Amino acid sequence: MMLEDKQALISKLKKDLLAWQGVPQRSNDASTMGLGPLEKAFPNGVFPKGVIHEFVSFNRMDSAASCGFIGGLLGKLMQTDGICIWIGSIQTVFPAAIRSFGVDPASIVFVSMKREKDVLWAMEEALKCHGITAVLAEIHQLDFVQSRRLQLAVEKSRVTGFILQHNPKILLATSCAARWKVTSLPSQSDDGLPGIGYPCWDVELLKVRNGSPAKEQITWSPQGFKTFSKKEIQVKDWNYNYQNLG
Amino acid sequence: MKKRFASLWFPHLKTDWLTVCKPHLQNIPFVLSIAAQGRLIVSGSNLLAEQAGVHSGMAIADARAFIPSLKIINEQAGLAEKLLHSIAEWCIRYTPQVALDTPDGIILDISGCAHLWGGEAAYLTSIVSKFRQHGYDVRMGIADTIGAAWAVAHFGHEDIIINEQAQSETLLPLSPAALRLEDVQLKRLQSLGLRSIGSFSKMPRSVLRRRFGDSLLLRLDQAMGLEDEFVISIKPILPYEERLPCLEPICTANGIELALEDLLNKLCKRLSGEGKGLRAAELNCHRVDGKIETITIETNRATAQVKHILQLFVLKIPQIEPALGIELFTLGVSKVETADPVQENLWNNRIGLKNPTVTELLDRLKSRDANCDISRYVPSAHYWPERSMKIAAKMDEVAAVDWQTARPRPTRLLKIPERIIVTAPIPDYPPILFRYKGDTYTIRKADGPERIEREWWIDPGEHRDYYAVEDLQGRRFWLYRAGHYDGQADQWFIHGFFA
Repeated sequence: MMLEDKQALISKLKKDLLAWQGVPQRSNDASTMGLGPLEKAFPNGVFPKGVIHEFVSFNRMDSAASCGFIGGLLGKLMQTDGICIWIGSIQTVFPAAIRSFGVDPASIVFVSMKREKDVLWAMEEALKCHGITAVLAEIHQLDFVQSRRLQLAVEKSRVTGFILQHNPKILLATSCAARWKVTSLPSQSDDGLPGIGYPCWDVELLKVRNGSPAKEQITWSPQGFKTFSKKEIQVKDWNYNYQNLG
Repeated sequence: MKKRFASLWFPHLKTDWLTVCKPHLQNIPFVLSIAAQGRLIVSGSNLLAEQAGVHSGMAIADARAFIPSLKIINEQAGLAEKLLHSIAEWCIRYTPQVALDTPDGIILDISGCAHLWGGEAAYLTSIVSKFRQHGYDVRMGIADTIGAAWAVAHFGHEDIIINEQAQSETLLPLSPAALRLEDVQLKRLQSLGLRSIGSFSKMPRSVLRRRFGDSLLLRLDQAMGLEDEFVISIKPILPYEERLPCLEPICTANGIELALEDLLNKLCKRLSGEGKGLRAAELNCHRVDGKIETITIETNRATAQVKHILQLFVLKIPQIEPALGIELFTLGVSKVETADPVQENLWNNRIGLKNPTVTELLDRLKSRDANCDISRYVPSAHYWPERSMKIAAKMDEVAAVDWQTARPRPTRLLKIPERIIVTAPIPDYPPILFRYKGDTYTIRKADGPERIEREWWIDPGEHRDYYAVEDLQGRRFWLYRAGHYDGQADQWFIHGFFA
């Protein structure tokens, strides 16, 4: 009896702590990002907005996959009239492709700064600006102090920030709300049709503040994100596909 | 408004400059020489040489006869113009309108400027003493007309200020040469015994016109103020410009910021009153030592918000080198546009590109790093991937066509397609495997080909057959073969990575 009371007390205290930290209560399903079970990894089971999300990629293919996944998230965040600032040192994103993730590329402003220091400065300035929905920066390395500065900026303005770390030398501890890693998975096609299907990813949450790490297989279709289990993937022989190609 | 002009005459402009550059020339007579009509003639002489009887236009051989030890220096071409121009630029701190009066003078339009120095006498002393300190011999005259100011600067015995409407009394005893007449006219006046302006100014105009032509009457009228005369300023005055002269030279960033705020308050009040906004502006800081430091800003949208423009300038203040101090600030607007009326508080909370805080943010990014690119893309009616989008010219530009989404496009597009080595089974089939940057990728699934023709009227070349391929691990690539299959291995390229 006592033990149960203790458990209830602790869970209540935990909830209070989260509320004080500004984590919203799970209210209705309209505000979800459609990530399904992956959202349960976050505190209160809500995808946190108004924080910094960090994505890690170690090669160009993974960074392209991360871009696509973030594109899907941006589509949900920006809805109809949002605006996103995309900052990097060289601009390699193909705006036409972002359209297929439900984002109007015309509402993304691409900024390219030469030095990484300037990219971070630009991101901090952009995060302080209220009229923006999301800010995305592509850099190589983010350290704790820098992430702390960005975190302080978003706490005032509630803008969502995304950091894409390409090929970091070492993964340093940061104050970001979540660290993601997105890698490609072989696509599925309905009924064994030839050709490539909708993009599939292995989405890993390496670190979640006040939550627990998680891993899911997620696919993107024009209807939105969908989770699936790996068993569904039927690894087909190349020859089989090859015969069907003609 | 009543016009007032000042004329500055440098009798020994070129030699004074040489003496400033080479102080050892100070105590020896020297002349500048140029070649003309097959001989060397004197083009400028210093005071010592002049006292000995050497004057401009004399042959060098004659000058040597006067002073055997005369030093002769070759004159560089265009020296006088260059000197005058830099002097005129320096004089901008006294008035915004400065014009050249070749070969050895400048004209200042000082209307409404002199009171800032405490009256015309103090103004004249300030300018003249500055030049004399630097070692230039200068004569100055101030009058209602350019002609009268020129006359007293050249023919008055000291620096003279002619009071308003009093030019005729001062000019009448002077020699006719003070009217800037041509040599022929001067000679004719001389031979007729007319040795002062007063001796012919009262003659009937028709008589003067018949004997000397229209130009004498024009010059006379210009000097007397009956005819208007205009000067062509070396720097065109911007329609929106503010000036702030400082009592004490300013050399701190804080001081510059205060000066800027003062200038911007005046400028923006005027701009917003006229429904205009600035797109580009420049701040010129005139230093005590004669140099001018300039910083410029640009904005993405016409604005007249003091706070925002000041923020943009403040980012650039560290670029200004004040040295011994700045004595004059001028703020000019180089690009003006009609501004959208902004209802500040009501609309500040809307999201998106219409929010003024977003454009202000982009302006700040741009002024931090002038090389940074800020671009927004709109679709363009081309199939060729590189041309399928274009940079929006304005922040609120709306696309005329829709984005093409029928075919898959990679999230990352390489700026320049990179060459790959492929193994393809038969012509027009997707590759089985390809090598890119030392790694081999085995292809499991493929879509294509999607043929995209090159627009021959834009650039010549071969078409591309695009394949979207997926390797064993699910990584996706956008490959293409340039032109038709002809058995050569080096016509395959990678152009992008899919999500």
